[in-house]
Amino acid sequence: MRTVESRGTITVAVDRCKGCELCIPACPPQVLRMSTDRNELGVPYPELLPGCTGCGACLLVCPDFCFEIYQYETPVEYEVNV
Amino acid sequence: MSRDPLRVIQTSVTQSPVIKTDQPPSEPAKQKGRFRPALLLHEDHDLCPGCGEPIAIRLMLEVIEELGQAQNSIGVIGIGCYTAFTSSMDVDLVQALHGRAPSVATGAKRMRPDSLIFTLQGDGDMVNEGLQEVIHTAARGESVTCILLNNGVFGETGGHMTATTVLGQRTKNSIEGRDADYHGYPILIGDLLAQLGGTVYAARGSVHDAAGVVKTKNMLRRAFESQLEGGGFSFVEILTMCPTGWFVPTAEGPGYLDNVLGAVHATGELKNHERLVTTAQLLAETRPSGP
Repeated sequence: MRTVESRGTITVAVDRCKGCELCIPACPPQVLRMSTDRNELGVPYPELLPGCTGCGACLLVCPDFCFEIYQYETPVEYEVNV
Repeated sequence: MSRDPLRVIQTSVTQSPVIKTDQPPSEPAKQKGRFRPALLLHEDHDLCPGCGEPIAIRLMLEVIEELGQAQNSIGVIGIGCYTAFTSSMDVDLVQALHGRAPSVATGAKRMRPDSLIFTLQGDGDMVNEGLQEVIHTAARGESVTCILLNNGVFGETGGHMTATTVLGQRTKNSIEGRDADYHGYPILIGDLLAQLGGTVYAARGSVHDAAGVVKTKNMLRRAFESQLEGGGFSFVEILTMCPTGWFVPTAEGPGYLDNVLGAVHATGELKNHERLVTTAQLLAETRPSGP
């Protein structure tokens, strides 16, 4: 087990995502990954792992307006299986 | 008892590390970014996956809003994929014929000198179909801002070569790569406009990564501010991804932009009032070892 702190989080408009994957390398803490599931358009979409800083890089590079950004007033910690 | 600012307010033990992102967080949090800019009526559009144009349009609308010009702006739109956004942009717009947007913008500015007048054009529209329009508008020193979305292809009509397509770039009609002997050389429109006396601001940005997006937004702000100061012509070229027209997977679009288009159309400020910088100088600064 490992403790990972999230200083921020996002909401993702999954059904609008066209699966371009531009957000994946744009994420500085590398906490976005593409899903194994597919959305209504039939493409994978980004999933969030613990460690988000709420920097908003995903929002900046998304062509389909799929992200909203939040910064926690107090960081949230997650216990994750390594 | 004093509160530790880093106090843990939630501990989640889960086999699946994926965090729910289908609704805003239940914990106290400040919203830092919204899906769409305030001047976009809805998020839906039919542009291809991985396209860079919606990213550039977001920046443009955000700057107009932040400068308090939402009710004072008139956009003149060229013809290309980005024209699809005319139904969702919440600013006054005029649709121009192919390449003629700078001339229409000239008329709008002369009738409404206090309005913020901008054009939104692609490289096919501005540099192929209407090259003389933008050059004469800059030379006359019209106080309008021309925005170029440059992806090096006629995206809307199928991905053919444009005047900004770089040597070696594959397009529908340069399938083995643009060849200087057969197709000629790309036009560096930023340099062409920056050297004219009527131009007060010219810059070339890129939306291939987050840092480029932030820099490009600052360029758009400086261009609009220079227009509001009444100095003369301003120009921002924005390199945008077109993975469909480049025959690359969407995830490789940003790298292709940086390595192929960016190695010729170098990013940076080309003119800021009297300070003039050429693309060759920008390339020497940003890529001293070559492309």
